Amino acid sequence: MAVFLLRRLGHGILVLWLITLAVFGLFFVAPSNVAQTLAGRQATPETIALIKHRLGLDLPIWKQYLHFVENAVQGNLGYDYYHQVAVTTIIGQALPVTVSLALGASVLWLLLGVFNGVISAVHPRSLADRGLTLFALFFYSFPSFLLGLLLLYFLYFRLTLAGYTWFPAGGYSPFSQGPVTWLQHMVLPWLALALLLAATYTRLTRGSMLDVLGEDYIRTARSKGIRERRVIVRHGLRSALTPVVTQFGIDLGQLVGGVVVTETVFSLPGLGKTAVTAINQQDLPVIIGIVLFASAAVVVANILVDVVYAVLDPRVRLH
Amino acid sequence: MTETLLKVQDLRKEFPTQHKEVLRAVDGVSLEVRRGETLGLVGETGCGKSTLARCMAHLYDVTSGSVWFNGTDLTRLSRREMRPLRREVQMIFQDPYGSLNPRRRVGSIIGDPFAIHGISSGQQRKRKVQELMELVGLNPEHYNRFPAEFSGGQRQRIGVARALALRPKLVICDEPVSALDVSIQAQIINLLADLQQEFDLTYVFISHDLSVVRHVSDRIAVMYLGKIVEVSPTEELFEQTRHPYTRALLSALPVSDPDTADSRERIILMGDIPSATNPPSGCRFHTRCPKARTECTVTEPPLEPVAAEHPEHETACLFPLRLGEDLSTAVPDLRAS
Amino acid sequence: MTAAVEVLDATPAKAIEGRSPFVLAIRRLRRDKVAMISLGVILLIVLMAIFAPVFASVTGHPPNEQFRDIGLTPDGLPRGPNGTFWLGTDDLGRDILVRIAYGARVSLLVGVIATAITVAIGVVLGLAAGFLGGIVDTVLARLIDVVLSVPFLLVAIALVSVTGPSLTVTVMVIGFFSWASVARIVRGQVLSLREREFVEAARSLGAGDTRIMFVDVLPNVLAPVIVYTTLLIPVVIVTQATLSFLGLGLPPPTADWGGMISSSQNYYTTSWWFILFPGIALLITTLAFNLFGDGVRDAFDPRADRLR
Repeated sequence: MAVFLLRRLGHGILVLWLITLAVFGLFFVAPSNVAQTLAGRQATPETIALIKHRLGLDLPIWKQYLHFVENAVQGNLGYDYYHQVAVTTIIGQALPVTVSLALGASVLWLLLGVFNGVISAVHPRSLADRGLTLFALFFYSFPSFLLGLLLLYFLYFRLTLAGYTWFPAGGYSPFSQGPVTWLQHMVLPWLALALLLAATYTRLTRGSMLDVLGEDYIRTARSKGIRERRVIVRHGLRSALTPVVTQFGIDLGQLVGGVVVTETVFSLPGLGKTAVTAINQQDLPVIIGIVLFASAAVVVANILVDVVYAVLDPRVRLH
Repeated sequence: MTETLLKVQDLRKEFPTQHKEVLRAVDGVSLEVRRGETLGLVGETGCGKSTLARCMAHLYDVTSGSVWFNGTDLTRLSRREMRPLRREVQMIFQDPYGSLNPRRRVGSIIGDPFAIHGISSGQQRKRKVQELMELVGLNPEHYNRFPAEFSGGQRQRIGVARALALRPKLVICDEPVSALDVSIQAQIINLLADLQQEFDLTYVFISHDLSVVRHVSDRIAVMYLGKIVEVSPTEELFEQTRHPYTRALLSALPVSDPDTADSRERIILMGDIPSATNPPSGCRFHTRCPKARTECTVTEPPLEPVAAEHPEHETACLFPLRLGEDLSTAVPDLRAS
Repeated sequence: MTAAVEVLDATPAKAIEGRSPFVLAIRRLRRDKVAMISLGVILLIVLMAIFAPVFASVTGHPPNEQFRDIGLTPDGLPRGPNGTFWLGTDDLGRDILVRIAYGARVSLLVGVIATAITVAIGVVLGLAAGFLGGIVDTVLARLIDVVLSVPFLLVAIALVSVTGPSLTVTVMVIGFFSWASVARIVRGQVLSLREREFVEAARSLGAGDTRIMFVDVLPNVLAPVIVYTTLLIPVVIVTQATLSFLGLGLPPPTADWGGMISSSQNYYTTSWWFILFPGIALLITTLAFNLFGDGVRDAFDPRADRLR
């Protein structure tokens, strides 16, 4: 097990290192006029050169890269170009927002997806199955920004117009400043995300549940006279959930850097929105920091999934 | 004496295993195949006979040793250099379901050899393929069907047609009938026999079923755990069995007459076939041999003729069976001396 | 069935044609009503894209012409659906119907081209990794890991912001980040296929690696690839629209659905048609592709047979 873990960790670090190389190469090779922007329109070439020097942009790229890696290993991802705030601080401020969004949404979509999937699998090809599949596919087909805007239109605009100010138009209110306001701000983004992702889980649960329900031990359980509900939940669902757990881990990891649109639509200052702002300002250290952080989240999530898998199924460890 | 077509010399093939061990699938085999004959190769599952077959056809790179075909050492050829020789050595595979590509039409499967070696094309190739189909007893109108639309026996006929397309000299048949129903087995075996006569083919016929091998072979080699333990002309192997392992295999054959079935000796081998990653010392068969002696655990017996008047009959045993020796009462004696 | 009957009748009027797994799947697909209706919808959208200029000439409104006089209210707001502008106008007084028709061109073009590139790269690299093994596989497997670990949308946005938005960049960015999942699927399939006896048979006939890969192995991975491809098209269309929505689609004034929805954001309190019609167009397109893809999956996945 230890060997397995070490090998997976090694792979993870290798992948992250390759990502720093790729990202660094992509963005630093591209022409940048950050110094010009910072110095203002009337700046003399001398001022621009000075700014470039201060930001370390006059060094050869490989030196900049070495610098970056050296600092990154010590947990320092550099400072943003505009206010000289540490990138780690910026990530630290944005992370709670993204985590609030991801965790709440994941609870919703898991409940929705697994419940619908089980119903579909227990009565395959029934009206309920077809209806739920269509429901899932309908929301799955939604571009996330469109779903977000629609939710805003009906549940914020229409509702507020009708006199019910349940949900705000967007923005974030920290949990520490009152759980109710926090909840009000989070419900619409949660819905937008969960409705979209539930489809994958409905299908996944349905598929693996159908497989499991066809197994001999389910027939054995039934023939022993165990009540149907117990057969489905205790004997069926328990083993059918393995692929769902796997997918869940992978999705959670990807959400860290993948909720750009939802955060933009609902003006949530999470990692995605921060990154988009940084991109618009060509704030390279922030872009690279967030991309790297998000990639690390994916890598870590994948390792965790593998470990859980290996614990559940010892055969995996051999490969 | 007839001319040698294929000669295997001290061939070894090792596979690395997951636990950093080495599996010696073929461990020092020397063998001759003569032009026009059928050489049977028998042994239990996992004894290395399929590996040996694939080494003969140079589908595997061997670990050491050589395979001489018509004066060329195949093991030294690169894949490119091997290509022209592929026309002369062909294989028929065990699994008529796995060895035919399920997504390709029969015509294109049988036409594959022509396509690969750039022989004929278009209508001409189609005609050749249909001739082949007729030759092996398939309806040429089924040219455009898929393998899934044929029965197991028919599929094996497709495999035979493909192997014969380039008129090879040597055909290595790796358990060509073991996946088939008994009634179909006879059809395929008769087909192979007819084709051998017609095209002057040489066969290496691999099977774990001694009764099938006896029926088709001129000579038989018996393999155990990566080694040849006995090789002999067919009738002599059955009448004057020298190796205890061969005798054990023979005693397991069903007999048509129930009266003799009760009275004949039954040798039940003890234990399982040992692991090829860690074969027993000395004679590999000593762990299961009813006649094993202490010496067998130390000395590895060479493959050599037992009796001077039968130079064709070679056995690798320190204590070969005498004519008429009864093995059913034999007891191993492995006390340290 | 028909073939057998013909032999019995001894009237070889038609040559005996085997039923390929592909033909069988198509036959199953054609019996799937939902999939066929979806295919019809897709064809309608394709027609709309092809005949977009007809929309412009019939209404007399070129896609990029701004009708600031008749297309906007005195307050400068978009006009709702009326006799002149059937689906209303946008914030610059342009005809939404005509722009939706032209926007279909962008969505379909990007959807098809980017998907084709993605699948081509993914299939070739997946085949190579799975079949050749060794160093090739190690390198490609790590590369797949890297691409799949990168937060796609973030990097895509960053890239487009560096290079400037254009159709080519959009297609390349999508292709570059999506091939990895195709390659992973293909690689997994090939890993088990290459142990099959028919590969050994081809080798014993003297076939080279390239021939075995493309003639023997490729046809056997086609089914999952076809399924994945049909399901990838809507994903690509959504991605393109998303990039446009974030202001990184096609440079204005080119009409595309994501961009239209993006510019409607500030008007949804006053002009519902501005967001609704482009939104519906986008949703119907992705839904049709997804429903069709679902049918393709059922038709090509032999496991679906079990349920019938």
